[in-house]
Amino acid sequence: MRRRSRARAGWLLSAPALLVLLVGAVGPLLVVLLYSFLTRGDYGGVRLPFSLEGWFRVFLRRDIFDGTVSLNTDHLSIFWRSIWLSLTTTLVTFVLGLPTAWFIATRPERSRPLWLFLITIPFWTNLLIRTFAILEVIRNEGLINTVLMRLGLISAPIQILFTDWATLIGMTYVYLPFMVLPLYAAIDRFDRRLLEAGYDLYADRWRVLRRVILPLIRPGIVAGCILVFIPALGAYVTPRVLGGGTNMMIGNFIELQFGQGRNWPLGSALAVTLLIAVMGALLLYLRATTPKGGHDG
Amino acid sequence: MAETPPPPPVRRRTFSATTLPGFAAVAVTVFVALYLPIATLVVFSFNAANSMSDWGGFSLRWYEAAWANRAVQEAAGRSLLIATIASLASTVLATLAALGTTRQGPFRGRMAIWGAINTPLMVPEIVTGVALLILFGTVRAWTGYQGLGYLVLAHTAFCIPFAYLPIRARLERMDRLLELAAADLYASPRRAFLRITLPLLMPGVLAGAMLAFVISLDDVIITEFVKSAGQDTLPTYMLGQFRRTLTPEVNAIATALLGLTLVLLTAFFLITRRRG
Repeated sequence: MRRRSRARAGWLLSAPALLVLLVGAVGPLLVVLLYSFLTRGDYGGVRLPFSLEGWFRVFLRRDIFDGTVSLNTDHLSIFWRSIWLSLTTTLVTFVLGLPTAWFIATRPERSRPLWLFLITIPFWTNLLIRTFAILEVIRNEGLINTVLMRLGLISAPIQILFTDWATLIGMTYVYLPFMVLPLYAAIDRFDRRLLEAGYDLYADRWRVLRRVILPLIRPGIVAGCILVFIPALGAYVTPRVLGGGTNMMIGNFIELQFGQGRNWPLGSALAVTLLIAVMGALLLYLRATTPKGGHDG
Repeated sequence: MAETPPPPPVRRRTFSATTLPGFAAVAVTVFVALYLPIATLVVFSFNAANSMSDWGGFSLRWYEAAWANRAVQEAAGRSLLIATIASLASTVLATLAALGTTRQGPFRGRMAIWGAINTPLMVPEIVTGVALLILFGTVRAWTGYQGLGYLVLAHTAFCIPFAYLPIRARLERMDRLLELAAADLYASPRRAFLRITLPLLMPGVLAGAMLAFVISLDDVIITEFVKSAGQDTLPTYMLGQFRRTLTPEVNAIATALLGLTLVLLTAFFLITRRRG
């Protein structure tokens, strides 16, 4: 009886928030799912009857003359770009983020909050502003090209902007704090005496890193990777501003279907596909961080 | 007695177990690389010349131009209005939900509530954006309502988890004995809540409200999909003005917004540090 009344109080207090989330975040996802199974309207929107055409077009195409079905290589190349750019971003942010997190965690107690604050500011700074900032650095008249040309290392500016490289640099720049913070949290909890134990047992620094540090901070590594990979996979602003019109990622491709493309069922099917991919990554994350039975502690 | 000269100092390299080769160098490079682009942006917003690469002297002309621009004024007003309402509303809702999910002990469905509250953190913004575009488009057609309500609702929804997390963290660390003491001293539950729980919870509530405000102020994607014509906020205005290059005026707006975020974040850190 008491338990039931506790549950009722819990639900009642949470109800207003849940209602707003239902209307403004969770419920609309079901509408997207519904739309992915409808027929494309002539001027955007959808109409009946139900159809699998939207889903069919996610990966396949039908030749307009002879009706043969083949893989849609244009779409596949966009998915491929999204996946490899997100994976590479995750890898690069890890390679740069691990030393940074280590550096912060090994600062003296007094100055550590300051270093942490320095990494948190970009974390909370507007993504669009940070994308604009990196744009100014990599464009043809930007900082990198100007410095390289003044030094005489190159004679003409390197075209970085509006290539996949620009998107990669931009995503690494904007998502790096997402990698550093969970890594820092893991390193901070880690017992430093284990390092000394490792060195006492004649391990060199590389072996200590590989055999002691990395396995022990694994939860932080997994969390950082997921925090970078998921927003990178769904990135929209960074590829739009830095990649230009042609180097689309899946986020831009979805937007295109609701804009000029006027194919809402395809756009909805793509959005559901992206959502499934993200949920899949999260499930992997949960499986990687939940201790297996009997292995706990 | 012949004085023995002091032994020459032995230069011993101290072995530090926490030093890893090259790590400090990479870290310093990362900090420089993080701040250099932002610093460039800020510096060039004060450039007198109409250029993002040639320095023409210090000037506030782009700030003046942005300030005098009617569209910028309206977008700024709209941004602040939406962020204020959304952060207040989401903080109230999140506080109630946090009380409901931490104070009652475990109950059936608590994980489900927790999952629902955190959904906006997991779903890519572009997906939520198109979902709201579809839903609100239909509602617009049915009701004819074109106002800011849609943006306020969407912002409130995605701000809830950001407000919820610091409040819940604060609640979980709070000493329940104080409330029990109040109850022992014949305080009614209402009185105990108002005089004990709420004041103790206040830093968490303030932190949550500030994070929600920053998140709402910064949002680009969801706003871009939900807004009707003429409902630009500052970020969507900046994105709309962007045509392959950045104008100094947009740069000035970006710097101003950056300054505001920085002020809020510093306040947030001072508030959360005091409790530790």
